Amino acid sequence: MTDLYQSQRAMRRMRKQAMDRGVVAILDVGTSKIACLVLRFDGPEQFSASEGITSLAGQSSFRVIGAATTRSRGVRFGEIDAMQETERAIRTAVQAAQKMANVRVDHVIAAFSGAQPRSYGLDGMIELEENFVSEDDVARVLAACDVPDFGAGREVLHAQPVNFALDNRSGLSDPRGQIGNKLACDMHLLTVDAHVIQNLLYCIKRCDLELAGLASAPYVSGVSSLVEDEQELGAACVDLGGGTTSLSIFIKKHMIYADSVRLGGDHVTSDISKGLQVSLSTAERIKTLFGGLVATGMDDREMIEIGGDTGDYEHDRRTVSRAELIGIMRPRVEEILEEIRARLDAAGFDHLPSQKIVLTGGGSQIPGLDGLASRILGQQVRLGRPLRVQGLPQAATGPAFASAVGLSLFAAHPQDEWWDFEIPAERYPARSLKRAIRWFKDNW
Amino acid sequence: MQQMTRRAPRIERRTDVDTPPRRDPAPTRLAYRMNRLWLTPLFRAMLHVGLPVFLIIFCTGLYLADEGRRDGLVTFAQDVRRTLQERPEFMVEMMAIDGASQEVSDDIREILPLDFPISSFDLNLEDMRRTISGLDAVARAELHIRAGGVLQITIDERLPAVVWRGRDGLELLDVNGLRVSALGARSDRPDLPLIAGEGAYEGVPEALDILAAASPIEDRIRGLVRVGARRWDVVLDRGQRVMLPETGAVRAMERVIAMDKAEEMLARDLVTVDLRQSDRPTLRMSDGAFEQYKQIKIIEAGVLSR
Repeated sequence: MTDLYQSQRAMRRMRKQAMDRGVVAILDVGTSKIACLVLRFDGPEQFSASEGITSLAGQSSFRVIGAATTRSRGVRFGEIDAMQETERAIRTAVQAAQKMANVRVDHVIAAFSGAQPRSYGLDGMIELEENFVSEDDVARVLAACDVPDFGAGREVLHAQPVNFALDNRSGLSDPRGQIGNKLACDMHLLTVDAHVIQNLLYCIKRCDLELAGLASAPYVSGVSSLVEDEQELGAACVDLGGGTTSLSIFIKKHMIYADSVRLGGDHVTSDISKGLQVSLSTAERIKTLFGGLVATGMDDREMIEIGGDTGDYEHDRRTVSRAELIGIMRPRVEEILEEIRARLDAAGFDHLPSQKIVLTGGGSQIPGLDGLASRILGQQVRLGRPLRVQGLPQAATGPAFASAVGLSLFAAHPQDEWWDFEIPAERYPARSLKRAIRWFKDNW
Repeated sequence: MQQMTRRAPRIERRTDVDTPPRRDPAPTRLAYRMNRLWLTPLFRAMLHVGLPVFLIIFCTGLYLADEGRRDGLVTFAQDVRRTLQERPEFMVEMMAIDGASQEVSDDIREILPLDFPISSFDLNLEDMRRTISGLDAVARAELHIRAGGVLQITIDERLPAVVWRGRDGLELLDVNGLRVSALGARSDRPDLPLIAGEGAYEGVPEALDILAAASPIEDRIRGLVRVGARRWDVVLDRGQRVMLPETGAVRAMERVIAMDKAEEMLARDLVTVDLRQSDRPTLRMSDGAFEQYKQIKIIEAGVLSR
């Protein structure tokens, strides 16, 4: 676990530096688009460690000064597939955002949706040395969580303490300073494929940028799309992206589960492309302009010219009714939603007090999705848009930017993770100087 | 119902399907790096300020490294200056001297060696004024360059008030005792009173006061003699002499005049009137007068004794 600590803490340091410099870039590496936002941290509300969560969770402390999106290249299922292509796409987005912001950014916080996230619930318990909880005790109880064997080639992306229990009182969000004898904690651990992270790291390094943070896209889109009471009472955020559909479940303002389905809008597009015998770009365009999920009688009469460039008149003048288009799209969307339903069931979403489901991401803009989703996922479905943040251009306020906006919020106010606490002394390497200092401190 | 079946179904045709996707070509690695470099504030400042400043300094230094070029520049600058100064507007053609007698203006022309025409930039009026003021006959000089290229010199001459017969001959002095000029012969300025004696120039104002006080006997005064460089003797004709004290000489002179008026003292056969002791004026009679005086006394005594 120690090298994880090291790398994550290095990223936290990097984030601190970026905050000091005042400018940080947000990079959402998606399958269909790569979005880059440039944030300037000079708002009225500056960060202060002592005050904890400030009003609006730090949102007013930054403003977006540059935003750019580019068509994603070389990314499949939210994972980097062709590195050179992806690097170029990242360069395009970063350069355009820098140009808009007219400032150079060196630090970037990135999110990706693929890499097969897997959630683990951990718990640990310790006896307190004194009869109140100190900072050190929190670190010790976090360290006491027994880490499951998540397999080689997996990397921990998030490890967030979700709940603390002191003796028989549970549901504490911050146990520090409280009186008790036994401290227990629940932790949510999210692992992803290590090679995906490494590829992303390599791409970002090739763009002369420093990585100041990594987040999983389901988590950050949940942060931006769920309103506060949804996060508190329990809700799932479904981000219908291009290559993956990701899912995160929140309760008590903590993410307790995240998963992703390797199906998304691109599959709908490719279905249209195959079904109508058109190019992928035409299919994408037809999908965004005329796509839908619920056919009505009107749709039989609405004919769409699907065109072509062959020079053959008959081929180039083909038309298709909107009903046919809906007939192609609907089964795929149903499949995606069924898959999500299965994941939600597996996660035990039924047991949450509130079972709100928020659909966000570019795919959630298909007309009629809310009706279809409520038939598959349950009655409490709504379409979600990301929170408004200061300075965000109108073009980047749609649900497709849920994870980019969520990542901005994450950058402004990251949740405490395991590595934000001190490593307990007994976890230090045996001959560490720090351990010696700790020993002296404890004994005198 | 009938109507509805007859109406052909309205079919909307949507055609705006096939527009090409927006192009956003990826920048090359080099272009990306250059772009980022360009956005670096320090680099921008260097390029906007540092580079031009460096280039200017470097090029100037390179140009001036050669001695010949430096000299050329200096000569060029001087030439430009010269031509500017020698424009006809700045040239002084002649000198006009006002308020000076012929001799003084000749002197001035002699001590100011100016080659007309000369640029007014080359004239140092203050120096010239000091030179001119150095002349004995000049009390005050004013110089300015008048329109039309004329150097106007206005002189206040020292007016001679007395003739001083000194060791080296006759000299004219002004009211303050300052030298005006030499004098060839006393008869050249018979209107001025004559003073003589060691350090006579120091007492010129007093002498003039004494002369003013002695105006009733003006036609009898030959001159004033400074005695011991401290007090005045008034020399009258017939060898008479009025010896004035060191202080209060004017008062003493007035007293002499008063005595003269009352008793016609000076018309008598006196040699000196000594007023050096103010409480004891002393008269010295001439030898003949004294003999006569004795005779008179004897006669008076004889008359009395008879």
